[in-house]
Amino acid sequence: MEPRYTPTAITLHWLIALGITGAFGLGVYMHELPLSPTKLQLYSWHKWAGVTLFLLILFRLGWRLTHPAPTLPGTMSPMQRLAAGAAHWLLYGLMIAIPLSGWLMSSAKGFQTVWFGLVPLPDLLAKDAALGDTLKDVHEALNFTLLGLVVLHTAAALKHHFIDRDSVLTRMLPRFQKS
Amino acid sequence: MMHPAFPRLALAAALALGAASTAQAVEYGTLDNGASQVGFRYSQMGVTLDGQFQQFSAELHFDPARPEAASTRFEVPLASIDTGSPEGNDEVKAKTWFDTTKHPVARFVSSSVKPLGSNRFEVTGQLSIKGKTREVSFPVTYTPGTPAATFDGTLPLRRGDFSIGEGDWSSFDIVANKVDVTFHLVALPLASK
Repeated sequence: MEPRYTPTAITLHWLIALGITGAFGLGVYMHELPLSPTKLQLYSWHKWAGVTLFLLILFRLGWRLTHPAPTLPGTMSPMQRLAAGAAHWLLYGLMIAIPLSGWLMSSAKGFQTVWFGLVPLPDLLAKDAALGDTLKDVHEALNFTLLGLVVLHTAAALKHHFIDRDSVLTRMLPRFQKS
Repeated sequence: MMHPAFPRLALAAALALGAASTAQAVEYGTLDNGASQVGFRYSQMGVTLDGQFQQFSAELHFDPARPEAASTRFEVPLASIDTGSPEGNDEVKAKTWFDTTKHPVARFVSSSVKPLGSNRFEVTGQLSIKGKTREVSFPVTYTPGTPAATFDGTLPLRRGDFSIGEGDWSSFDIVANKVDVTFHLVALPLASK
């Protein structure tokens, strides 16, 4: 049988992929809106989603560190293996850095993050408008780096499936029937 | 040669005597704007935010010997608001919020001061914002000092009572109805004016 990711890893992968897509789209949409109750609501939702994703990602990172990924197909060259490894760890790094940068930006801009309006996150920075603007640029740059990497990640997965015809994509797909 | 501690002792004694002898005579009435603060605390989807007014002025009369005779007329030019973000500052000057073009000033005029004991007082008066006037009461704590006395307090209000935030903003789900106006006022004796 082909090596597969654990069901937990598969669930976390797709849940986080969906969450990131939503939070990214919301972020792009909301930041150009004129000030309105809707805008404030969307910002809160985006922050709540970000905190939730951050926690899921921390759990996923812990899972990944204690449950090694299945081995890559023998057909892959050492160069490809190196690139795949680097891309995956870079994705993890960005998934940690992006919510952190958003949290720091909120603190610097003087708007505390209160998860679901109930759990206040400590402000890690004092209010500083200039720093807030810098962190906004950082948050944006990290996000577009992630977007580029996700495009690459998806293209690589599709190449493995349709060109190399190996199991690299399918081992991360949920299995709907027991075999 | 004078003992080094002597001038300090003499000063302390003079201050203590001065404070005791003038306690009955002093009337605080000049607001030290630089040392005073008027702000507000509001809540947006569970997030507590603090704002400030950069400008305010007051006519103030407070004689510690006759606190019940104290009075104030306090004015805040609303365009001096700082909500915490430039976007918010522009927004709250608009018609749906303070409509500062038509109603530039918020005003509080006291009608009574009731001593509550241990330098606390309940101040009652008329608060006028955006063309609406309501009677409000709130506690104030007086801290004696030389030369300046301080008055600290919080005036809770409901923004809906004054139509602050109309239209899309009138729902309290996003920006809460309750707003606490906080103040720390430093007042000098009238004579020093």
